[in-house]
Amino acid sequence: MAGEKVKLLGYWASPFTLRVHWALKLKGIEYDYQEEDLPNKSPLILQCNPVHKKIPVLVHDGKPIAESLVILEYIEETWKHNPILPEDPYERAKARFWVKFVDDKCVPGIFGTFSKVGEEQRKIAKEARENLKILEGELGKKRFFGDTKIGFMDVAAAWIICWAQIVGEIVDIKLVDAEEMPSLVSWFQNVLEAAPVLKECTPPKDKLLEHNKGFHKMLVASAST
Amino acid sequence: MAEIKLLGVSLSPFTHRVEWALKTKGVEYELIVEDTKNKSPLLLESNPIHKKIPVLIHNGKPICESMVIIEYIDETFEGPSILPKDPYERAIARFWAKFLDDKCLPTMGKALLGEGEEQEKAKEECVELLKILDNELKHKKFFGGDQIGFADIAANALAFWMGIIEEASGVIWVTSEKFPNYCAWRENYNNCSQVKEYLPSRDELFTHFQSRFHSAAAPK
Repeated sequence: MAGEKVKLLGYWASPFTLRVHWALKLKGIEYDYQEEDLPNKSPLILQCNPVHKKIPVLVHDGKPIAESLVILEYIEETWKHNPILPEDPYERAKARFWVKFVDDKCVPGIFGTFSKVGEEQRKIAKEARENLKILEGELGKKRFFGDTKIGFMDVAAAWIICWAQIVGEIVDIKLVDAEEMPSLVSWFQNVLEAAPVLKECTPPKDKLLEHNKGFHKMLVASAST
Repeated sequence: MAEIKLLGVSLSPFTHRVEWALKTKGVEYELIVEDTKNKSPLLLESNPIHKKIPVLIHNGKPICESMVIIEYIDETFEGPSILPKDPYERAIARFWAKFLDDKCLPTMGKALLGEGEEQEKAKEECVELLKILDNELKHKKFFGGDQIGFADIAANALAFWMGIIEEASGVIWVTSEKFPNYCAWRENYNNCSQVKEYLPSRDELFTHFQSRFHSAAAPK
Protein backbone atom coordinates (compact mmCIF):
# COMPACT_ATOMS: atom_id res chain seq x y z
CA MET A 1 0.00 0.00 0.00
CA ALA A 2 3.00 2.30 0.51
CA GLY A 3 3.42 4.75 -2.33
CA GLU A 4 -0.19 4.58 -3.45
CA LYS A 5 -1.62 8.04 -3.26
CA VAL A 6 -4.48 8.70 -0.84
CA LYS A 7 -6.44 11.93 -1.11
CA LEU A 8 -9.37 13.10 0.97
CA LEU A 9 -11.74 15.73 -0.39
CA GLY A 10 -13.68 17.29 2.46
CA TYR A 11 -14.93 20.27 4.40
CA TRP A 12 -13.37 21.30 7.73
CA ALA A 13 -16.70 21.67 9.58
CA SER A 14 -18.29 18.49 8.25
CA PRO A 15 -18.60 15.64 10.77
CA PHE A 16 -18.73 13.17 7.87
CA THR A 17 -15.31 14.36 6.72
CA LEU A 18 -14.12 14.09 10.34
CA ARG A 19 -15.10 10.40 10.37
CA VAL A 20 -12.71 9.73 7.52
CA HIS A 21 -9.87 11.82 9.04
CA TRP A 22 -10.25 9.78 12.24
CA ALA A 23 -10.10 6.43 10.45
CA LEU A 24 -7.05 7.43 8.40
CA LYS A 25 -5.23 8.91 11.44
CA LEU A 26 -5.95 5.87 13.65
CA LYS A 27 -4.38 3.65 11.02
CA GLY A 28 -1.46 6.02 10.48
CA ILE A 29 -2.21 6.36 6.77
CA GLU A 30 -0.51 9.24 4.96
CA TYR A 31 -2.87 11.29 2.84
CA ASP A 32 -3.36 14.61 1.09
CA TYR A 33 -6.30 16.69 2.17
CA GLN A 34 -8.16 19.00 -0.21
CA GLU A 35 -10.55 21.46 1.40
CA GLU A 36 -13.65 21.95 -0.71
CA ASP A 37 -15.04 25.45 -0.90
CA LEU A 38 -18.73 24.68 -0.39
CA PRO A 39 -20.98 25.61 -2.17
CA ASN A 40 -18.48 26.21 -5.00
CA LYS A 41 -17.74 22.56 -5.59
CA SER A 42 -14.59 21.69 -7.49
CA PRO A 43 -14.69 19.83 -10.83
CA LEU A 44 -12.91 16.98 -9.02
CA ILE A 45 -15.80 16.47 -6.58
CA LEU A 46 -18.36 16.55 -9.37
CA GLN A 47 -16.30 14.02 -11.30
CA CYS A 48 -15.61 11.73 -8.31
CA ASN A 49 -19.12 11.78 -6.85
CA PRO A 50 -21.48 12.49 -9.75
CA VAL A 51 -24.45 10.86 -7.98
CA HIS A 52 -24.49 12.98 -4.81
CA LYS A 53 -21.91 15.72 -5.60
CA LYS A 54 -20.97 15.68 -1.90
CA ILE A 55 -17.98 15.40 0.37
CA PRO A 56 -16.26 13.45 1.74
CA VAL A 57 -14.71 11.53 -1.12
CA LEU A 58 -11.64 9.37 -0.69
CA VAL A 59 -9.51 8.94 -3.79
CA HIS A 60 -7.11 5.99 -3.54
CA ASP A 61 -4.74 5.35 -6.38
CA GLY A 62 -6.98 7.40 -8.67
CA LYS A 63 -10.19 5.55 -7.70
CA PRO A 64 -12.92 7.54 -5.90
CA ILE A 65 -15.03 6.23 -3.02
CA ALA A 66 -18.00 8.26 -1.75
CA GLU A 67 -20.26 8.03 1.35
CA SER A 68 -18.44 8.29 4.67
CA LEU A 69 -19.48 4.89 6.08
CA VAL A 70 -18.62 3.15 2.80
CA ILE A 71 -15.23 4.90 2.96
CA LEU A 72 -14.70 3.69 6.55
CA GLU A 73 -15.35 0.07 5.56
CA TYR A 74 -13.02 0.49 2.56
CA ILE A 75 -10.23 1.87 4.77
CA GLU A 76 -10.74 -1.02 7.20
CA GLU A 77 -10.53 -3.63 4.44
CA THR A 78 -7.61 -2.06 2.59
CA TRP A 79 -5.32 -1.27 5.55
CA LYS A 80 -5.79 -4.21 7.86
CA HIS A 81 -3.54 -3.10 10.75
CA ASN A 82 -5.12 -1.40 13.81
CA PRO A 83 -8.57 -2.79 13.02
CA ILE A 84 -11.55 -0.67 14.03
CA LEU A 85 -14.16 -3.38 13.40
CA PRO A 86 -14.14 -6.47 15.64
CA GLU A 87 -13.08 -9.80 14.16
CA ASP A 88 -16.18 -11.74 15.19
CA PRO A 89 -19.03 -11.46 12.61
CA TYR A 90 -21.70 -11.08 15.32
CA GLU A 91 -19.81 -8.22 16.98
CA ARG A 92 -19.30 -6.65 13.53
CA ALA A 93 -23.04 -6.88 12.87
CA LYS A 94 -23.73 -5.19 16.23
CA ALA A 95 -21.29 -2.35 15.39
CA ARG A 96 -22.91 -1.84 11.96
CA PHE A 97 -26.39 -1.92 13.53
CA TRP A 98 -25.53 0.84 15.99
CA VAL A 99 -23.83 3.02 13.41
CA LYS A 100 -26.93 2.70 11.22
CA PHE A 101 -29.07 3.67 14.24
CA VAL A 102 -27.00 6.82 14.68
CA ASP A 103 -27.18 7.77 11.00
CA ASP A 104 -30.86 6.95 10.55
CA LYS A 105 -32.22 8.18 13.88
CA CYS A 106 -29.81 10.36 15.89
CA VAL A 107 -28.31 12.49 13.11
CA PRO A 108 -31.64 13.60 11.56
CA GLY A 109 -32.85 14.36 15.10
CA ILE A 110 -29.87 16.58 15.92
CA PHE A 111 -29.88 18.31 12.54
CA GLY A 112 -33.67 18.66 12.67
CA THR A 113 -33.47 20.36 16.07
CA PHE A 114 -30.99 22.79 14.51
CA SER A 115 -33.02 23.65 11.42
CA LYS A 116 -36.67 23.46 12.50
CA VAL A 117 -38.69 25.85 14.64
CA GLY A 118 -41.77 25.80 16.86
CA GLU A 119 -43.73 22.63 17.52
CA GLU A 120 -41.87 20.67 14.85
CA GLN A 121 -38.56 21.51 16.54
CA ARG A 122 -39.84 20.50 19.98
CA LYS A 123 -41.09 17.17 18.65
CA ILE A 124 -37.82 16.40 16.83
CA ALA A 125 -35.73 17.44 19.86
CA LYS A 126 -37.76 15.14 22.13
CA GLU A 127 -37.21 12.20 19.74
CA ALA A 128 -33.51 13.09 19.48
CA ARG A 129 -33.17 12.94 23.27
CA GLU A 130 -34.97 9.59 23.41
CA ASN A 131 -32.63 8.17 20.79
CA LEU A 132 -29.57 9.49 22.65
CA LYS A 133 -30.89 7.80 25.81
CA ILE A 134 -31.01 4.54 23.87
CA LEU A 135 -27.34 5.05 22.99
CA GLU A 136 -26.56 5.77 26.65
CA GLY A 137 -28.13 2.41 27.52
CA GLU A 138 -25.93 0.64 25.01
CA LEU A 139 -22.73 2.48 26.05
CA GLY A 140 -23.40 1.69 29.73
CA LYS A 141 -20.29 1.97 31.88
CA LYS A 142 -17.85 1.70 28.95
CA ARG A 143 -15.65 4.61 27.84
CA PHE A 144 -15.96 3.58 24.21
CA PHE A 145 -18.45 1.51 22.23
CA GLY A 146 -15.40 -0.49 21.12
CA ASP A 147 -15.11 -1.50 24.79
CA THR A 148 -11.40 -1.36 25.66
CA LYS A 149 -10.32 0.48 22.54
CA ILE A 150 -11.69 2.91 19.95
CA GLY A 151 -13.87 1.03 17.50
CA PHE A 152 -16.10 1.49 14.45
CA MET A 153 -18.97 3.10 16.36
CA ASP A 154 -16.61 5.51 18.13
CA VAL A 155 -14.99 6.60 14.86
CA ALA A 156 -18.32 6.86 13.04
CA ALA A 157 -20.41 8.46 15.76
CA ALA A 158 -18.67 10.00 18.82
CA TRP A 159 -18.83 13.38 17.04
CA ILE A 160 -22.60 13.53 17.58
CA ILE A 161 -22.07 14.46 21.23
CA CYS A 162 -20.02 17.53 20.30
CA TRP A 163 -22.48 18.51 17.57
CA ALA A 164 -25.53 17.89 19.77
CA GLN A 165 -24.04 20.15 22.46
CA ILE A 166 -23.34 22.87 19.88
CA VAL A 167 -26.87 22.64 18.47
CA GLY A 168 -28.27 22.72 22.01
CA GLU A 169 -26.40 25.91 22.79
CA ILE A 170 -27.43 27.66 19.56
CA VAL A 171 -31.17 26.86 19.71
CA ASP A 172 -31.33 26.77 23.52
CA ILE A 173 -32.72 23.24 23.71
CA LYS A 174 -30.81 20.66 25.77
CA LEU A 175 -30.16 17.50 23.80
CA VAL A 176 -27.34 15.90 25.82
CA ASP A 177 -28.43 15.75 29.44
CA ALA A 178 -25.51 15.00 31.80
CA GLU A 179 -27.88 13.54 34.41
CA GLU A 180 -29.74 11.24 32.03
CA MET A 181 -26.69 10.45 29.86
CA PRO A 182 -23.68 10.38 32.22
CA SER A 183 -21.58 8.12 29.97
CA LEU A 184 -22.59 9.63 26.65
CA VAL A 185 -21.79 13.18 27.75
CA SER A 186 -18.09 12.24 28.08
CA TRP A 187 -17.90 9.93 25.06
CA PHE A 188 -16.50 12.44 22.54
CA GLN A 189 -13.86 13.72 24.99
CA ASN A 190 -12.92 10.16 25.99
CA VAL A 191 -12.13 9.36 22.37
CA LEU A 192 -10.04 12.53 21.89
CA GLU A 193 -8.12 11.93 25.12
CA ALA A 194 -7.43 8.30 24.28
CA ALA A 195 -5.99 9.20 20.87
CA PRO A 196 -4.10 12.50 20.63
CA VAL A 197 -3.72 11.90 16.90
CA LEU A 198 -7.50 12.38 16.62
CA LYS A 199 -7.52 15.52 18.77
CA GLU A 200 -4.96 17.11 16.40
CA CYS A 201 -7.24 16.76 13.37
CA THR A 202 -10.51 17.71 15.12
CA PRO A 203 -11.63 21.34 14.83
CA PRO A 204 -11.90 23.07 18.25
CA LYS A 205 -15.43 23.21 19.65
CA ASP A 206 -15.53 27.02 19.85
CA LYS A 207 -14.62 27.33 16.17
CA LEU A 208 -17.38 24.85 15.26
CA LEU A 209 -19.80 26.74 17.50
CA GLU A 210 -19.06 30.07 15.78
CA HIS A 211 -19.35 28.50 12.35
CA ASN A 212 -22.69 26.86 13.14
CA LYS A 213 -24.04 30.04 14.78
CA GLY A 214 -23.40 31.81 11.49
CA PHE A 215 -24.99 28.97 9.55
CA HIS A 216 -28.04 29.06 11.82
CA LYS A 217 -28.45 32.82 11.32
CA MET A 218 -28.49 32.21 7.56
CA LEU A 219 -31.13 29.47 7.93
CA VAL A 220 -33.36 31.69 10.06
CA ALA A 221 -32.95 34.63 7.66
CA SER A 222 -33.80 32.58 4.57
CA ALA A 223 -36.81 30.98 6.31
CA SER A 224 -38.33 34.34 7.13
CA THR A 225 -38.03 35.78 3.59
CA MET B 1 -25.95 -28.20 14.48
CA ALA B 2 -26.30 -24.43 14.23
CA GLU B 3 -29.71 -23.10 15.02
CA ILE B 4 -30.94 -20.43 12.63
CA LYS B 5 -34.30 -18.73 12.92
CA LEU B 6 -35.62 -15.92 10.76
CA LEU B 7 -38.45 -13.80 12.09
CA GLY B 8 -40.25 -12.28 9.14
CA VAL B 9 -43.01 -12.17 6.58
CA SER B 10 -42.33 -13.77 3.18
CA LEU B 11 -44.26 -11.12 1.28
CA SER B 12 -42.02 -8.38 2.72
CA PRO B 13 -39.05 -7.43 0.52
CA PHE B 14 -36.88 -6.95 3.61
CA THR B 15 -37.51 -10.50 4.82
CA HIS B 16 -37.07 -11.72 1.25
CA ARG B 17 -33.59 -10.17 1.07
CA VAL B 18 -32.48 -12.31 4.00
CA GLU B 19 -34.22 -15.46 2.72
CA TRP B 20 -32.46 -15.01 -0.62
CA ALA B 21 -29.07 -14.68 1.12
CA LEU B 22 -29.63 -17.79 3.27
CA LYS B 23 -30.86 -19.84 0.30
CA THR B 24 -27.97 -18.66 -1.87
CA LYS B 25 -25.54 -19.93 0.78
CA GLY B 26 -27.50 -23.18 1.16
CA VAL B 27 -28.15 -22.49 4.84
CA GLU B 28 -31.07 -24.27 6.51
CA TYR B 29 -33.27 -22.09 8.64
CA GLU B 30 -36.66 -21.90 10.27
CA LEU B 31 -38.94 -19.06 9.14
CA ILE B 32 -41.08 -17.86 12.00
CA VAL B 33 -43.92 -15.90 10.46
CA GLU B 34 -44.68 -12.72 12.36
CA ASP B 35 -48.03 -10.97 12.57
CA THR B 36 -46.81 -7.38 12.34
CA LYS B 37 -50.03 -6.13 13.92
CA ASN B 38 -49.53 -8.44 16.88
CA LYS B 39 -45.78 -8.74 17.42
CA SER B 40 -44.47 -11.80 19.22
CA PRO B 41 -42.57 -11.58 22.52
CA LEU B 42 -39.60 -13.12 20.67
CA LEU B 43 -39.56 -10.26 18.15
CA LEU B 44 -39.89 -7.57 20.83
CA GLU B 45 -37.10 -9.20 22.82
CA SER B 46 -34.83 -9.71 19.78
CA ASN B 47 -35.29 -6.24 18.29
CA PRO B 48 -36.23 -4.00 21.21
CA ILE B 49 -34.96 -0.84 19.46
CA HIS B 50 -36.99 -0.99 16.25
CA LYS B 51 -39.43 -3.86 16.98
CA LYS B 52 -39.29 -4.73 13.27
CA ILE B 53 -38.76 -7.71 11.02
CA PRO B 54 -36.62 -9.25 9.70
CA VAL B 55 -34.51 -10.52 12.59
CA LEU B 56 -32.03 -13.36 12.16
CA ILE B 57 -31.38 -15.37 15.31
CA HIS B 58 -28.21 -17.47 15.04
CA ASN B 59 -27.45 -19.70 18.02
CA GLY B 60 -29.65 -17.50 20.16
CA LYS B 61 -28.01 -14.23 19.09
CA PRO B 62 -30.23 -11.73 17.21
CA ILE B 63 -29.09 -9.64 14.26
CA CYS B 64 -31.35 -6.84 12.95
CA GLU B 65 -31.57 -4.64 9.82
CA SER B 66 -31.75 -6.61 6.57
CA MET B 67 -28.57 -5.31 4.89
CA VAL B 68 -26.58 -5.76 8.15
CA ILE B 69 -27.95 -9.32 8.30
CA ILE B 70 -26.81 -9.98 4.72
CA GLU B 71 -23.25 -8.86 5.51
CA TYR B 72 -23.34 -11.13 8.57
CA ILE B 73 -24.51 -14.08 6.46
CA ASP B 74 -21.78 -13.40 3.89
CA GLU B 75 -19.09 -13.30 6.60
CA THR B 76 -20.34 -16.32 8.54
CA PHE B 77 -21.34 -18.97 6.03
CA GLU B 78 -19.51 -20.71 3.18
CA GLY B 79 -20.99 -20.68 -0.31
CA PRO B 80 -21.17 -18.15 -3.17
CA SER B 81 -19.97 -14.68 -2.12
CA ILE B 82 -22.62 -11.99 -1.94
CA LEU B 83 -20.15 -9.09 -1.77
CA PRO B 84 -17.11 -9.13 -4.10
CA LYS B 85 -13.67 -9.91 -2.67
CA ASP B 86 -11.85 -6.76 -3.80
CA PRO B 87 -12.18 -3.82 -1.34
CA TYR B 88 -12.82 -1.27 -4.10
CA GLU B 89 -15.50 -3.45 -5.72
CA ARG B 90 -17.03 -3.94 -2.25
CA ALA B 91 -17.10 -0.16 -1.76
CA ILE B 92 -18.90 0.31 -5.09
CA ALA B 93 -21.43 -2.40 -4.14
CA ARG B 94 -22.04 -0.80 -0.72
CA PHE B 95 -22.36 2.67 -2.28
CA TRP B 96 -25.09 1.54 -4.68
CA ALA B 97 -26.81 -0.59 -2.03
CA LYS B 98 -26.97 2.47 0.24
CA PHE B 99 -28.28 4.70 -2.55
CA LEU B 100 -30.92 2.14 -3.53
CA ASP B 101 -31.97 1.37 0.05
CA ASP B 102 -31.79 4.85 1.63
CA LYS B 103 -32.89 7.01 -1.27
CA CYS B 104 -34.54 5.15 -4.15
CA LEU B 105 -36.73 2.73 -2.23
CA PRO B 106 -38.47 5.24 0.11
CA THR B 107 -38.96 7.73 -2.74
CA MET B 108 -40.41 5.08 -5.03
CA GLY B 109 -42.63 3.92 -2.19
CA LYS B 110 -44.06 7.41 -1.73
CA ALA B 111 -44.44 7.84 -5.50
CA LEU B 112 -46.52 4.67 -5.79
CA LEU B 113 -48.30 4.48 -2.45
CA GLY B 114 -48.37 8.09 -1.28
CA GLU B 115 -51.11 10.67 -1.75
CA GLY B 116 -51.59 14.19 -2.98
CA GLU B 117 -48.71 16.65 -3.03
CA GLU B 118 -46.30 14.26 -1.30
CA GLN B 119 -46.90 11.69 -4.04
CA GLU B 120 -46.43 14.22 -6.85
CA LYS B 121 -43.18 15.49 -5.36
CA ALA B 122 -41.94 11.93 -4.87
CA LYS B 123 -42.77 11.07 -8.49
CA GLU B 124 -40.65 14.00 -9.71
CA GLU B 125 -37.75 12.94 -7.48
CA CYS B 126 -38.16 9.37 -8.68
CA VAL B 127 -37.72 10.35 -12.30
CA GLU B 128 -34.34 11.90 -11.46
CA LEU B 129 -33.30 8.85 -9.41
CA LEU B 130 -34.34 6.46 -12.19
CA LYS B 131 -32.24 8.45 -14.66
CA ILE B 132 -29.21 7.92 -12.40
CA LEU B 133 -29.95 4.19 -12.14
CA ASP B 134 -30.58 3.91 -15.87
CA ASN B 135 -27.21 5.52 -16.53
CA GLU B 136 -25.39 3.23 -14.09
CA LEU B 137 -26.90 0.17 -15.80
CA LYS B 138 -25.92 1.32 -19.30
CA HIS B 139 -23.05 -1.13 -19.66
CA LYS B 140 -23.94 -3.86 -17.21
CA LYS B 141 -26.63 -6.44 -16.70
CA PHE B 142 -26.83 -6.08 -12.92
CA PHE B 143 -25.51 -3.59 -10.37
CA GLY B 144 -23.11 -6.40 -9.43
CA GLY B 145 -21.91 -6.78 -13.05
CA ASP B 146 -22.64 -10.10 -14.79
CA GLN B 147 -24.07 -11.61 -11.63
CA ILE B 148 -26.61 -10.51 -9.02
CA GLY B 149 -24.82 -8.87 -6.10
CA PHE B 150 -25.25 -6.99 -2.86
CA ALA B 151 -26.67 -3.86 -4.52
CA ASP B 152 -29.14 -5.85 -6.64
CA ILE B 153 -30.52 -7.45 -3.49
CA ALA B 154 -30.83 -4.03 -1.87
CA ALA B 155 -32.96 -3.13 -4.90
CA ASN B 156 -35.17 -6.24 -4.73
CA ALA B 157 -38.29 -4.23 -3.96
CA LEU B 158 -37.62 -1.94 -6.92
CA ALA B 159 -37.21 -4.95 -9.20
CA PHE B 160 -40.15 -7.10 -8.15
CA TRP B 161 -42.52 -5.33 -5.76
CA MET B 162 -42.74 -1.93 -7.44
CA GLY B 163 -43.78 -3.31 -10.84
CA ILE B 164 -46.60 -5.26 -9.18
CA ILE B 165 -47.72 -2.18 -7.22
CA GLU B 166 -47.79 -0.14 -10.44
CA GLU B 167 -49.95 -2.77 -12.15
CA ALA B 168 -52.28 -2.95 -9.16
CA SER B 169 -52.65 0.83 -9.10
CA GLY B 170 -53.49 0.89 -12.81
CA VAL B 171 -50.94 3.63 -13.51
CA ILE B 172 -47.71 2.55 -15.19
CA TRP B 173 -45.11 5.26 -15.59
CA VAL B 174 -41.84 3.36 -15.26
CA THR B 175 -41.55 2.29 -18.90
CA SER B 176 -38.75 0.93 -21.04
CA GLU B 177 -39.13 3.91 -23.37
CA LYS B 178 -38.15 6.26 -20.56
CA PHE B 179 -35.72 3.98 -18.66
CA PRO B 180 -34.56 1.22 -21.04
CA ASN B 181 -31.56 0.00 -19.03
CA TYR B 182 -33.41 0.06 -15.72
CA CYS B 183 -36.34 -1.89 -17.14
CA ALA B 184 -33.97 -4.42 -18.73
CA TRP B 185 -32.31 -4.86 -15.32
CA ARG B 186 -35.72 -5.43 -13.71
CA GLU B 187 -36.57 -8.08 -16.30
CA ASN B 188 -33.19 -9.79 -15.88
CA TYR B 189 -33.43 -9.70 -12.10
CA ASN B 190 -36.90 -11.24 -11.95
CA ASN B 191 -36.00 -13.95 -14.43
CA CYS B 192 -32.50 -14.92 -13.40
CA SER B 193 -32.02 -18.36 -11.92
CA GLN B 194 -30.42 -17.07 -8.69
CA VAL B 195 -33.59 -15.15 -7.84
CA LYS B 196 -36.60 -16.55 -9.72
CA GLU B 197 -37.27 -19.65 -7.64
CA TYR B 198 -37.09 -17.67 -4.39
CA LEU B 199 -39.49 -14.86 -5.29
CA PRO B 200 -42.80 -14.72 -3.42
CA SER B 201 -46.08 -15.24 -5.26
CA ARG B 202 -46.76 -12.51 -7.82
CA ASP B 203 -50.52 -13.21 -7.64
CA GLU B 204 -50.61 -12.93 -3.87
CA LEU B 205 -48.78 -9.62 -3.94
CA PHE B 206 -50.96 -8.28 -6.76
CA THR B 207 -54.14 -9.18 -4.88
CA HIS B 208 -52.79 -7.62 -1.69
CA PHE B 209 -51.98 -4.29 -3.36
CA GLN B 210 -55.08 -4.26 -5.51
CA SER B 211 -57.31 -4.51 -2.44
CA ARG B 212 -55.22 -1.81 -0.77
CA PHE B 213 -55.88 0.57 -3.69
CA HIS B 214 -59.58 -0.34 -3.78
CA SER B 215 -60.08 0.29 -0.08
CA ALA B 216 -58.23 3.60 -0.37
CA ALA B 217 -60.47 4.63 -3.26
CA ALA B 218 -63.71 3.41 -1.63
CA PRO B 219 -66.12 6.12 -0.47
CA LYS B 220 -65.75 6.70 3.26
